[in-house]
This record gives sequence, structure tokens and C-alpha cells, in this order.
Amino acid sequence: MTMIFHKLIFIFVIAISCPVIAVEPDEVLDNPSLEERARQISRDLRCLVCQNESIDESDAALARDLRVLVRERLQVGDSNEDVLQFVVDRYGEFALLRPRIDGVNYVLWWFGPVFLIFSIIIAVTYVRNLRKISKSSNDLSAPLNDEERKKLKEIMGD
Amino acid sequence: MITELGHFCLVIAMLIALLQSVVPLVGTRRNSYGMMNFGSVAANLQFVLLLVAFASLTHAFVTSDFSVRLVALNSHSLKPLLYKISGVWGNHEGSMLLWVLILALFGASAVWFGGNLPIRLKATVLSVQGAVGLAFLIFIVFTSNPFLRIFPIPFDGQDLNPLLQDPGLAFHPPFLYLGYVGLSMSFSFAVAALIEGRIDAAWGRWVRPWTLAAWLFLTIGIALGSWWAYYELGWGGFWFWDPVENASFIPWLCAAALLHSAIVVEKRENLKSWTILLAILAFGFSLTGTFIVRSGLLTSVHAFANDPERGFFILLIFCFFVGGALILFALRSNSLQAKGVFSVISRESSLVANNILLVVSAFVVFVGTIWPYIAEIFFDRKLSVGPPFFNIAFTPFMVALGLILPIGAMVPWKRGKLNKITKSLMIPVCVAILLGCFVWALQAQKTILGPLGLFLGVWIVLGAFYDLYTRTGSKRNLTRLFRLPRSDWGKTVAHIGFGTTIFAISALVAWESEDIRTENVGATWSFSGYDFTLESVENLSGPNYFSTQASIKVAEDGKTLGTLFPEKRNYPVAQMPTTEAAIDYKLTKDIYLVLGDLQVDGKWTIRTYIKPFANWIWAGCIIMALGALISLSDRRYRVAAGAKSISRNEIEKT
Repeated sequence: MTMIFHKLIFIFVIAISCPVIAVEPDEVLDNPSLEERARQISRDLRCLVCQNESIDESDAALARDLRVLVRERLQVGDSNEDVLQFVVDRYGEFALLRPRIDGVNYVLWWFGPVFLIFSIIIAVTYVRNLRKISKSSNDLSAPLNDEERKKLKEIMGD
Repeated sequence: MITELGHFCLVIAMLIALLQSVVPLVGTRRNSYGMMNFGSVAANLQFVLLLVAFASLTHAFVTSDFSVRLVALNSHSLKPLLYKISGVWGNHEGSMLLWVLILALFGASAVWFGGNLPIRLKATVLSVQGAVGLAFLIFIVFTSNPFLRIFPIPFDGQDLNPLLQDPGLAFHPPFLYLGYVGLSMSFSFAVAALIEGRIDAAWGRWVRPWTLAAWLFLTIGIALGSWWAYYELGWGGFWFWDPVENASFIPWLCAAALLHSAIVVEKRENLKSWTILLAILAFGFSLTGTFIVRSGLLTSVHAFANDPERGFFILLIFCFFVGGALILFALRSNSLQAKGVFSVISRESSLVANNILLVVSAFVVFVGTIWPYIAEIFFDRKLSVGPPFFNIAFTPFMVALGLILPIGAMVPWKRGKLNKITKSLMIPVCVAILLGCFVWALQAQKTILGPLGLFLGVWIVLGAFYDLYTRTGSKRNLTRLFRLPRSDWGKTVAHIGFGTTIFAISALVAWESEDIRTENVGATWSFSGYDFTLESVENLSGPNYFSTQASIKVAEDGKTLGTLFPEKRNYPVAQMPTTEAAIDYKLTKDIYLVLGDLQVDGKWTIRTYIKPFANWIWAGCIIMALGALISLSDRRYRVAAGAKSISRNEIEKT
């Protein structure tokens, strides 16, 4: 289901664009380091008429225009950040596949690390408490009881 | 006529599902064996009815009965038989029917293999399973009925999307569904445990095989989809972090966490509440995945046929089941007492760490997937979250998981000594570091990703072998290996698969190279140590398409390796072109050729990609799935299945 629908959209996009594939030979810059930068920037820019594709992968005409635009800006001497800003000024931040780290986007970028730290704190507290509760009733160095012995046998012998 | 029979069976199945969700549950309250046992009858019956319904829809597709609306919209008389069959689930209505069929299959399997389940638990599980089935059957019958007829009957169908006419993709959805829906069993067991108010080691033992099976199918389904994208979409990408891909990946991560935490419940009777919560979460994400794909929420820009009404219905189902389960969880989880005690350095703790990393990473993917909608609705910012974000935000979790995996897999239960394990893992660590450094020195472009991936891969794989080796005991008696439980073998194999995939993904991303050029027929060029000759470009025609096919000879050091035939196809009925890349699959790299357009100067655009270790990505997935399969064949689950006939007879006597 997932793939199918992903692809359905993809097809829809192909159907309305001409069938060429991603970067065309005539777009490639002669300067290899500039071209490499252009490719890098292309991967961070969204094809605006596609479903979740970068302009580097897309075959839509608009993606091609953007690729050419990126290369033009680089040749004029823009930095990578300048080029991205240029595209954002024209098309909005919707064009960026790597969302900017600002404003409410901090939540997006910091969600993982904060959630991770939070989980670790909870887990460590849980394990500590287990020991505290058990200290009175169940000493770790105490010999195994019948049930544990049975389980041990099962684990070892299985 | 057969179509009407299918339609009839579908409606009866809905009524049976209603009975299945109510009667056994009431039976547990009234202590009525007959009512509880009715669950088994109903589950079997529901499965048979839905099987007939599905078979009759398949019959309509195979015989190209265009009076059925669904067939007319999604099939064509000239289509090869395989794709007529796969067309059954290549659309919304048919795929939902497959969804409930598999749901009923799992319900019936609980009857077939669950002979040793306590009758009350089994009745409750079947009841919950029936309720989920009921919700989706109502959804199908009232919003997405696959059996509707149309008039006038069209002369021919509108054909299945050509990209989907592919053997790899034909079986991608059924596997994914087996995975998604398999998680409903874990969910049903979790809810049943909450209703019953008790959960013990035996529960962990019952729920684990279902989770293993679901995870196994999800792994295969995701791998098939990714492999298909690799060879079919024409630039060799294998994962796009697309919302619909994420919708299958998030449940996969949760299922992976769940099957690890269920071990702790089974062996140590700890982490019970957490495991229950995880089971609810995993199925919740499965439903979210269904919602995401069905509602068109995540494809609003280019929504094509998705129906908001259907999305709303699935959202209701989601809220009812997940919300209900969570409320039940809040009310009952206190009654689930933890028994086993463990220290910070122990197998339990390492499994907790595994769970934290998997679940947090699943949530990172989830938040990334829905962020554009949150930002737009609540903060009025129209933005995109694409692969660059996921690569940065998700990868560290997998690196951390890979780092702790071999240690966690070896640390003893309850309490372990870290220095003892690090000592015994010295050799794998050193080998992995040395290989990583070696490759770092070798590579032309200094990327950290390649060596890191190699280090992790070698560390995980060697660590898994080392774990087995230590099981031979102090006398290094290798015959002991054959007496190890299958679940231990399964664990080793699955971890080896995980290591392989991690290595392969980083190797492919780090060391892939690409060449784009235009060449005349007859021209020869070299790239990455190979010589390519464009021998000819011909026009051909297939069963339901026209094709432009190039013959490109590949040679290495003057020796011909073979000829590759990249194609461009055009499907006239669906009016769309596809690219068929030609791939020379090699052990350590793929040569990937794509034919582009004819330029004005008479030259053809040719793209050449060298994809190192591409096959290893899916080989790793297959190995992971194999590990799950071996684990599933463990004696303790088979013993459980063997008890079936006895207890069933006993019940029938009563």
C-alpha cells in the first residue's frame, strides 16, 4: 500500500512532466568543484511540483530550471548559503528539504536528543528504584529460589 | 454471480465479526465455555468468508470482468496474468479487503496455534481481534466497497499503473500487510492482558512469536519495496524517507523494540507495563500508517484519489482502539507488578537501552513525517522535511544501537561485569577498528561514513559470532552449538543481518560514483575501471508497452563482461513512460546503466552508476528475516503449538 501510493503520486508527476531523468549532461558545469557544490545544494532543494523529491533526482521541468538557476548563482560567485537563500526568497522555505534550525523548528531538531535524554533518566531511575525496593525483600546475593532454579534449568538446558 | 457471492460473504463476515467481538467477551464475564469457545468458531468462519470474498474479487480481475467498477478502473484485458492478480491489491478497495483478510487470517491462526492458551485469554484475544476486524469491515462495506458494479460496462479497463507491473512490487503489499496486521495480534494480546488484569512470563512467550512473525513480514515487505525502488525508479535510490515509506518503517522500529522487550517479560517478568504500552504503540503506528496513506493528509499538494472521508473514518478507528487501549492501560497498568530485579549492567538494561534507541528513533521519524503539517496548521509556516533531515536526525540512533549491540547481546541477565565482556570482545573491536582505519586510508574521498559503517558492520557481525563462540563453554566444545536453542541462533543470524545492512547502506552512500554523458551509437567510453560501448539502440514492443532498448557492452581490462540492455518503456493505455535500468549485479558492486533521451545532435544520454555493496542491503534484510524465522521455529513455541489438540478436545468435552 505504502509504496504503491508513493509511486502513484510519482507517476502522476511524471505524467505531467516530460520523461527525462534528473541532471542532464548539458547542465553540468565544467568546473568540477562548483559542480560538486551544485549537486550538494540540489540534494537539499525540493522539486516544488513533486512528492518529496529533491531537484537532483527529479525529472520535472521546474526542477531542471532550478538546477540551472543554482549553477548560475554559483558561477556568479554565491556561497552555498546565498544560493539557498536566493531560492527561499523566491519560493519560500517550502523549497528546503533540510528545514532551517530556527523558531519553532528547534522543536523538530531537538526532539530526538531531548526525548533520548529524558528516556535515559526515566530508565535509570526505574532500575535504581527496582533495586531499592528489592533490597529489603530480595537480596541479589541470596541463593536462587525454586522458581528461579527451574527457570535457570530451562534457560541452560533448552 | 461470483462477484455477488463475494459481496454477500463480505457482509456476512461483518456480522460474524460483530458476534466475534461481543460473544466471547461476554462469555468470560459469565464463565460460559460455550460462549468463549464461540470465538474460535467465529474466527475460523470469518476467515473462510473473507477468503471467499477475496477469491471472488480475484476471479473478477483474472477474467477481466469490467462490469465490476474496481476491475474497470485498475485492470486491462491485455495485462499479463501475474499483474491481473496483483492488481487486486494495487488499489484502495482491494488492498483494504486484503487487509481484513490478513486480519482474519491472524485471528484464525490464534485458534489454530493457540491451543495451549488459557481459554479466557484466548476468548478475550479473539474478541479484540474481532472488534478490529469489525471496524475495518464496516469501513470497507460503507466507504470502499470493492464489489460495486458499473453501468454501462466499459469495453476495456484503464490498466494498472505500469510502475506497479513488476514482480518485485507484486508481492510488496501482501508482505507489508502481513506485517502491519500481524501487529494487531500483539495489540489484542496486550488489551486482553489489560482486561484480564494479569500478565506473566507465559504471556511474554505467547505474544513474542506473533511479534516476530509481524516483524519478519514487515522486514521482507520493506526490503522488497526498497529493492523495487532501486531497480525501477531509474536512479538507484533505495530509500527516500517518503511519508508512506516512513509509515511502514515506524511500525518496523516499534516491532523490533517490542520483540526485544517481550524477551524480558518472558525470561525475567519485568518491563511488563512497558511491553504492553509498546504493543499498543506498535499497532497504533500501523493504523497511523494506514491513515496517512488513505487520508491524503500527507499528499495534500498532489492528492489524486484519496478521500478525506475515508481518512476521517480511519482516524475514528484509530482513536477508538488506540485511545481505548491507552485508557485501559492507564487504569490497569498498576496491577502489573514487576518481579525480576536487575542492575544497571545487565541483559535487561541492555534491552531497555535497545528499546529506548528504537522507540525514540521511531518517534523522530514520526515527528519528522508530520512536522510539515504541524508547522503549517499551528505556526503558519509552509516547510518541507526531507531526506537531509532524516539522515542527520535518525542515523545517530542506529550508530548508537550498533555500538552497544554486541555488548548488550552478551551481558548476562540480572547483573554483569562490564570489564569481563569488554575483555572477551577485545578481538572483534580491534579487528573492526583496524579495518575501519584501513579503509579510511584507502578511500579517495575522505568520508567518515564509509569507514564508520564498515567498523559498525564488522563489530556487529564479529560480535555475533563471538557470542556464539563463547557459548561453546570453556572447553570450546563446538557440538554444544547444535544444542543451543533456536532462538539463540535466530538472534545471532538476525544481528548478523542487521550489521550487514548497516555496512551496506553506508558503503553505498559513501562510495557510490556516477557518470552522465551523451554518446553516439558505436562510441566507447571508460568509467571507474570499466569500458562501455554503446552498440545499438532499437525499438521493440512488449505485451502492453513499446520500448526503446540500448545494447551496451561492458568490458574490464579488454575482457568483455557482458552486454546490458537499459530500456525506456511507454505504456500506451496508461499513457506513461517508465525507465528500466539495466543492472549487472556483482558481489561487491552493481553496474547500473540508464538510457536517457535522444539529443538533438543524435547522441543518447547515458547514465552510469557504480553502486558498491548494493545487494548487501537487501541480503542483510533477508538475513534478518531468516533470523526471525529461525527464532520462530524455537522449540518452546512448537511445544506450545503441540499442546493444541489436547486442550481443544478438553474444551469440546465440557
